[in-house]
Amino acid sequence: MSETTHNLKRMYRFDLTTRLVAKLKQEEAVIGGIGHSNFDLWSAGHRPQNFYMLGSMGLAIPIAMGVALAQPARKTFALEGDGSLLMELGCLTTVATQAPKNLVIILFDNGIYQITGGQPTPGAGADYVAIARACGLTNAAWAADEAEFERMLDNALATDGPHFIGCKLDSQGPKAQTERDPAQIRDRFMRGMGTKKNRTLG
Amino acid sequence: MTQTLPPWHEIVLNVFKANEVKLITYVPDNVLKPLIQALHADPYFTCFPTAREEEAVGILSGAWMAGLRGMLLMQTSGFATLPNVLASLPCAFQIPVMMMISERGTLGEFNVGQAAVCRTMRPILDSLAMEHHTVSRLDECEMIVDRTIRQAIMTQAPAALILSPLLTGGKVVK
Repeated sequence: MSETTHNLKRMYRFDLTTRLVAKLKQEEAVIGGIGHSNFDLWSAGHRPQNFYMLGSMGLAIPIAMGVALAQPARKTFALEGDGSLLMELGCLTTVATQAPKNLVIILFDNGIYQITGGQPTPGAGADYVAIARACGLTNAAWAADEAEFERMLDNALATDGPHFIGCKLDSQGPKAQTERDPAQIRDRFMRGMGTKKNRTLG
Repeated sequence: MTQTLPPWHEIVLNVFKANEVKLITYVPDNVLKPLIQALHADPYFTCFPTAREEEAVGILSGAWMAGLRGMLLMQTSGFATLPNVLASLPCAFQIPVMMMISERGTLGEFNVGQAAVCRTMRPILDSLAMEHHTVSRLDECEMIVDRTIRQAIMTQAPAALILSPLLTGGKVVK
């Protein structure tokens, strides 16, 4: 685990997301932030416990926090991009103060708004792990490479959080686009959370 | 026959309990102070501030989908920061995010900024086709708050309760 951004490998978002999904054996919740963060979650293989955002940029971490508060026994992951986090940086202070033990934040930091054409974010030189730590999230670190990302995931799954895992990304785009049907996404997610139980028709 | 009713904030707290609204997120307001204090003092509720109202909409959306009901407390200017997230999260996904807004900017407002932003509130709610009611009388408080919460949950639609200075006294320059 690294507290600095020196020598961090730039990794492929779809590969990291696939590695995450492969480790989820306990019906863990995953909230995919808008755009490419949730596109790759969808491409990694749909699970009923996945929620794919379609707007409300910056709210992946708050949505995940709400799930984590409602179901303290279920590990809950937020997949958020650096541009999105910049929209709602203050939420890190709320997470640090409420400190839900079952919340894991994964930051995908490519330094750009990839979905709008690759323009650099205003925070292209910012150290988001340092920001998270300064907000009070002491379990925050950068993943130096894929092997370390996997070890940090194992640790986050096995120990109390909140955890914050920073990942530097390469410039590869997403595999595909998420199917955009918000009512269906919400309904499937609620069934995945066990809050909606009646049988679907057809 | 004259009936003595409890103060508005006591009525509201009891209606929250009756409807199992347990998670309270807020960005504070002077008018909401007695309600926020009472919610913090009651172990039935999980009550905490957020840095921004948008964040609270996210938290309540996630909590509701995972089985926990909540309410966002804020003032008029805070509501004005919300149209994008309301349109794309609770409206689009059919999630009953419930909001209670202390109405600033009218009936003796001293701050021109509040007065200007107040005029945007109901047009925004109307343009999002969101159910909203203004509570202005103590004897109507219980029914309006209770029925609005129930309808939001049963119809899976976000809703707003506006607390008029006629109910709360508002905030005035002494």
